[in-house]
Amino acid sequence: MPSNVNTRPDQQHFVAPIEETPLVAIDAVKTEGKPTNLWTDGWRDVRGRPMFWISAALIVLVVIVALFPGWFTQVPPNNDCQLANSNAGPTDGHPLGFTKQGCDIYSRIIHGTSTSLSVGLIVTFLVAFLGIVFGAFAGFYGGWLDSVLSRLGDIFFSIPYILAAVVVMSVLSQYANVWVISIAIGIFAWPATARVLRAEILRVKNADFVMASTALGVSSFRILLRHVLPNSIAPVIVITTISLASAIVAEATLSFLGVGLPSSTMSWGNDISAAQNDLRTAPQTLILPSIALSVTVLSFIMLGEVIRDALDPKARAQR
Amino acid sequence: MAGYIVRRVLQAIPVLLGTTFLIYFMVFALPGDPVVALFGEKTPPPQVVEQLRERYNLDKPFIVQYLIFLGNIFRGDLGVSFSGQPVADILAQTFPVTLRLAALSTFFLMVGGIGVGLISGLRKGGVFDASALVVSLIFISLPIFVVAFVAQYVFAIQLGWFRTTVGVGAPWQDLILPALVLATASFAQIVRLTRASVIETEGQDFVRTAASKGLSRNRIVPVHILRNSLIPVVTYLAVDFGTLMVGAVVTEGIFNVPGVGRTVYQAIIRGENPTVVAFVTVMVLIYLVVNLLIDLLYAVLDPRIRYAK
Amino acid sequence: MTEIVNGTNMQQRTAVDVGERPLLEIKDLEVGFTTQDGVVKAVDGVNITLYRGQSLAIVGESGSGKSTTAHAIINLLPGTGHISGGQILLDGQDLTKASKHDMEAIRGRKIGFVPQDPMSNLNPVWSIGFQVEEAIKANGIATGRKEVKKRAIEVLKQAGLQDADRRLKQFPHQFSGGMRQRVLIGMGLAADPQLLIADEPTSALDVTVQRVILDHLESLTRELGTTLLFITHDLGLAAERAEQLVVMYKGKVVESGPSVEILQNPQHPYTQRLVAAAPSLASRRIQASGSIAAAESSMAEDAAHAAGDTIDLIATAEARAEVLEAAASAPPAIVVEHLTKVFKIRGSGEFTAVDQVSFQIPKGTTMALVGESGSGKSTVAKMLLKLEDTTSGKIVVGGIDLASVTGKELFHLRSRMQPVFQDPYGSLNPLRNIGNTIAEPLHTHKVGTNASRRERVFELLEQVSLPKSLVSRYPNELSGGQRQRIAIARALALKPEIVVLDEAVSALDVLVQAQILRLLADLQAELGLTYLFITHDLAVVRVIADHVCVMQNGRIVEAATTDEVFDNPREQYTRDLLAAIPGAGIELGA
Repeated sequence: MPSNVNTRPDQQHFVAPIEETPLVAIDAVKTEGKPTNLWTDGWRDVRGRPMFWISAALIVLVVIVALFPGWFTQVPPNNDCQLANSNAGPTDGHPLGFTKQGCDIYSRIIHGTSTSLSVGLIVTFLVAFLGIVFGAFAGFYGGWLDSVLSRLGDIFFSIPYILAAVVVMSVLSQYANVWVISIAIGIFAWPATARVLRAEILRVKNADFVMASTALGVSSFRILLRHVLPNSIAPVIVITTISLASAIVAEATLSFLGVGLPSSTMSWGNDISAAQNDLRTAPQTLILPSIALSVTVLSFIMLGEVIRDALDPKARAQR
Repeated sequence: MAGYIVRRVLQAIPVLLGTTFLIYFMVFALPGDPVVALFGEKTPPPQVVEQLRERYNLDKPFIVQYLIFLGNIFRGDLGVSFSGQPVADILAQTFPVTLRLAALSTFFLMVGGIGVGLISGLRKGGVFDASALVVSLIFISLPIFVVAFVAQYVFAIQLGWFRTTVGVGAPWQDLILPALVLATASFAQIVRLTRASVIETEGQDFVRTAASKGLSRNRIVPVHILRNSLIPVVTYLAVDFGTLMVGAVVTEGIFNVPGVGRTVYQAIIRGENPTVVAFVTVMVLIYLVVNLLIDLLYAVLDPRIRYAK
Repeated sequence: MTEIVNGTNMQQRTAVDVGERPLLEIKDLEVGFTTQDGVVKAVDGVNITLYRGQSLAIVGESGSGKSTTAHAIINLLPGTGHISGGQILLDGQDLTKASKHDMEAIRGRKIGFVPQDPMSNLNPVWSIGFQVEEAIKANGIATGRKEVKKRAIEVLKQAGLQDADRRLKQFPHQFSGGMRQRVLIGMGLAADPQLLIADEPTSALDVTVQRVILDHLESLTRELGTTLLFITHDLGLAAERAEQLVVMYKGKVVESGPSVEILQNPQHPYTQRLVAAAPSLASRRIQASGSIAAAESSMAEDAAHAAGDTIDLIATAEARAEVLEAAASAPPAIVVEHLTKVFKIRGSGEFTAVDQVSFQIPKGTTMALVGESGSGKSTVAKMLLKLEDTTSGKIVVGGIDLASVTGKELFHLRSRMQPVFQDPYGSLNPLRNIGNTIAEPLHTHKVGTNASRRERVFELLEQVSLPKSLVSRYPNELSGGQRQRIAIARALALKPEIVVLDEAVSALDVLVQAQILRLLADLQAELGLTYLFITHDLAVVRVIADHVCVMQNGRIVEAATTDEVFDNPREQYTRDLLAAIPGAGIELGA
């Protein structure tokens, strides 16, 4: 064969022994093992990570403390304050010492837990609800509805939510309570969630399986609920977990600035605020509630990170 | 490029109208006499009440009130503070200090955050990466006022490296500690984002192609990996500018930096709501302008935007 | 006997020099990837010998280890990949032992690399000039700004970019795919390397562009005396472009040697499978059930089960002719008249994606709509499925004018016409199990009871040759081909008359593709389906279609029966497309 002129002796036709290179069936189906999908895979991934168990344990602890403060301390948070104990160190039955007002720091931390957690949950619920509704409709239906909803989101997004809440709480200072402060934060915090969901939906809605369902005659709302939302919700879960942490920080910041909850409400932010002038003389009165606050926030942030790693294939690859 | 700028500016207009309206609405559409509400439990000087009533045209319909308010903003009349001083004047005095603080802080943030993120990303899974993750998570979890107090306590009170509060004229050396504190607010996010971006870029085909051309690692890292990774980081800076502003209020308050933030901080603490509202409006305007500028910077960084029709 | 028709170039490059040292010698190469479940060997004992001036192609399906081998040579393995054994000798120097610094000196200067996807291989934030100049400077080809720029223009001109000096300042997104690939070729050859590795250099491009670029690459490397190592999944292309062939399968070399010899006389059963399944090498339509094609010859069957065994070709061809004849007298399943689609583009007016397209599809036959990207073929499919509105023109399906139906009628009409789309990874909802996915049409159209639906799902799975046990599993566990089977099962659930196949096999490996094409032919014979088969791949058309419409820029430029189009194309564009099918001119033995 002329084409072999350029073939060197060591390049002659070689065929691998068939025993060494056995053929397998084309496109064989694997059916062993349990069925898996994004959620089951995610759970398996999460299960194996210590960070998940640490954050979950902390969150469970925080929830129990918030629900049943009486299990953790017998000292009432307010009525036992004696100025004689002002900024005093730990004594028997008062493991963390006293505030400037002579109140038991440990008891106040325990009783302040439910405030932080309530604000976190209410804000998160509000943000998730508004974010999902706005993001889903804007992304899925597009057109003028998208323009209107997205511009509306831009407007709310352009006022940093803590500043907006400062204004609202300044004006509504007489009415301040857990609900008002949560709504003040939540009403300006949803656009981030809506943006994330919208972007996700834009990605998913062009998938072939959505077109296939349309071609079947499935109604568009049902397609949104059945096919598009479930496939776009993972990043929303991540951002929601993290927004719970941000809401707790926001409440503390507002309380710290004096436009949060009234000083009669037990709140970590209020306690930190009250202790700020004694930083030099009694730093523990400020540091201890700060630790409670930060550990709670950290546990939700860690949970968010773990979920992101589990549900986002890109994040998983980056580990 | 020109088309992009025009489009961006045009898009900012409805947002500008919307935000100012929203702020105005939050304050003045509430039931009762908003002027009284603004002062809360305090007794204001009578001439200030008069000034405010006049300024906000409370006898006119709401929408007219708003339009006049908007008109005033465009003329540079940003309102008066609690004590009757024009906000524009206060701004002129305090803004330069805040600008210096913000610049210093952003410098720390970019060098520290991007530096740590880059090393983390390039050495994914290593000891440095793991430590950086732990440190970032802790920083994300610490509210800025806690960081500020801890920093003040440790570095100023205990170690004596810095002054606890900023001195007259806000000299640069006094701004270092507040700027570092301010930088921690976004440090963790920048580190995480840079890291993710670096890892993603490093996996891109063009990085392998760059290596296949015979380029050295020392060239590939800055020119092909870091340069491309900066694009999402810069975008994030725009989004995060709100955190920076809130952080400035708290930090300037705690370290007594004579800037815009402290003015707002003190107004909030003292319940001087007219000042708060006026300054929040100003901050939102600044936020919009900065976002616009960062959008343009984005176009500079990304030729796909720059040369799009 | 190298009857290479159609002007294929396979001239001899150098004379044999007995006792010379190979330029590249790969000995027992092993490459491993570290995963959670331990080290996975992607390349396992590969031997390749390549002499100066030769051209060699590594052929294999995805996952065969062909690209990994190429990346191992320049030591740019992705992720956790590492060379775990063997030697790679370049001119006697073992690259597996070369230091980082040595490798940097070898890349570009001694070994050039042309990557696969022109869209992702240029850095979007730097200008073309910058990226070419960078390569020139790194390899010390020129110094001084002026010199470097001059050389950059030279390199790009050589790669076929005529207005290179003007375009240096432009960015990658301002270049078409073909132009980008030229830039990449230019960069790969910038330092005049001895060896050029081209990793699927044109598989992301349209066929006509592909041909031009390959021709250019070939003449350029011959001119420069560069040794060429091709990586490709396309056996036809490999045989057409390279003198030597290495066939890889599951990380191992199963057969290697002179191209034509292998193609005409494949010895290893895997190679035989590949040759039999390559649509570009096939010559006629797949007939339903048991005709030509050794495509389905699986492990169990005799390895010699190649083309031309006992099946009665004539009988099946006659049967097909009967079907076509019957179809011609019946009313057509689909009539499309003067169909037009105009998209409004912001800022720049209008764009006519589909322009006065008319065709008919006889019942029970397959019509292929062929065209390159941007020809408007997919838009036609979407309008037919009423997923996109028409601007003007008429579509009649089974006697019903599509424009007139709404609501309930449309809902009913949809059940008679079902699509299968291109992307196997996007065609199934990843969060719904296979059973629910296939049952969705039944639920939507309220067909039967829960029990009867379950039965129907099993029946459909059987029809697409998949085990029943898949019902409770999720798409992430399935291969691309299996997903397309599920998509076909879903499309068939409502017993439609028409199935629109929009690039339904384009993303699949050749053997899997052959399998699915066979399945489609069987289903058509069994259920009397009418297919509209949208594709960019003319080679596939030959084995599946009865009629062909060739589309270009929104218009149909040629419409005829498949045999007419292939044997006697009237339009130049069709001729270009045909000529661009890689390996079409290679004559197979026996």
